Amino acid sequence: MNFAVLQFPASNCDQDAVHILRNVLGHSARLVWHKEASLGDTDAVIIPGGFSYGDYLRTGAIARFSPIMQAVQNFAGQGGPVLGICNGFQILCEAGMLPGALIRNRSLQFRCEHVFLKTKSNDSPFTNQIPADKLLRIPIAHGEGCYFADETTLARLDASQQVLWHYVNAKGEPTEQSNPNGSLQNIAGICNESRNVAGLMPHPERAGEGLLGSADGRLIFESLIHYLESKAQPASGPRT
Amino acid sequence: MKAKIVVTPKKAVLDPQGKAVQNALEHMGYKGISAVHVGKYLEIELTGDKETARRQIDEACHKLLSNPVIEDYHFELE
Repeated sequence: MNFAVLQFPASNCDQDAVHILRNVLGHSARLVWHKEASLGDTDAVIIPGGFSYGDYLRTGAIARFSPIMQAVQNFAGQGGPVLGICNGFQILCEAGMLPGALIRNRSLQFRCEHVFLKTKSNDSPFTNQIPADKLLRIPIAHGEGCYFADETTLARLDASQQVLWHYVNAKGEPTEQSNPNGSLQNIAGICNESRNVAGLMPHPERAGEGLLGSADGRLIFESLIHYLESKAQPASGPRT
Repeated sequence: MKAKIVVTPKKAVLDPQGKAVQNALEHMGYKGISAVHVGKYLEIELTGDKETARRQIDEACHKLLSNPVIEDYHFELE
């Protein structure tokens, strides 16, 4: 599969994303500079973490107006999968491609640690390979990861199973203590109504190998690859 | 002419910065502070007629300078 990993000024997890896709999972991944107007031949887009445009004004606020984001909107509009990680999640919310917003952590602290995630819905291109009872141990590193949306939006997210991941403790319970940033309802990641655009604050690309302390993040990328491969070769269709 | 823009967090949105400032003010001994909200202030210098400027600034506030999900804004031109 061909992945496009976007690169903004001050992206800093772009190489990690390319590494897991290319070296760990054996797929093709290339960096796409934010000033480009086209994604080229791409099966999926990753918007990586970092501090695009120095987080000026609001996180992700300026990056969403980069030329490449128009191409990403068109790609997503045609059903192409887009995954935003950390700053990528913030950019997708600012662009209106995901509902809600990410605001300053309730503690006002930049939090850099491993958290546990519980997958709320396996029905998405990003979660289909995650076993139902599996907790993902994945690092976070952010100062503005508190998910906020108004009550109507939260109810809609819940009703259409758009919440993909919750922050939980080691027992899988969504407690206040296991919530690192004050996100409403312990929300760590969501998808859009069409389920092809998702964002999460934790960094699955930093948890792709045992050497890094956890390989749980692989499951998210493997879900995406599984989704793309089954779409390219439908199970019911003839195989050659 | 100059546009003076104030962006503030919506009432329903958690404002941990405002809360931290409020706590600090209370520690300093200031009494009767019931709430603090931390927002942003922007000044934009621009030329042209006032009506066009008003429309442009309003649009810019809506699209970029504030995020309507979490913030309110108001501005004046002078």
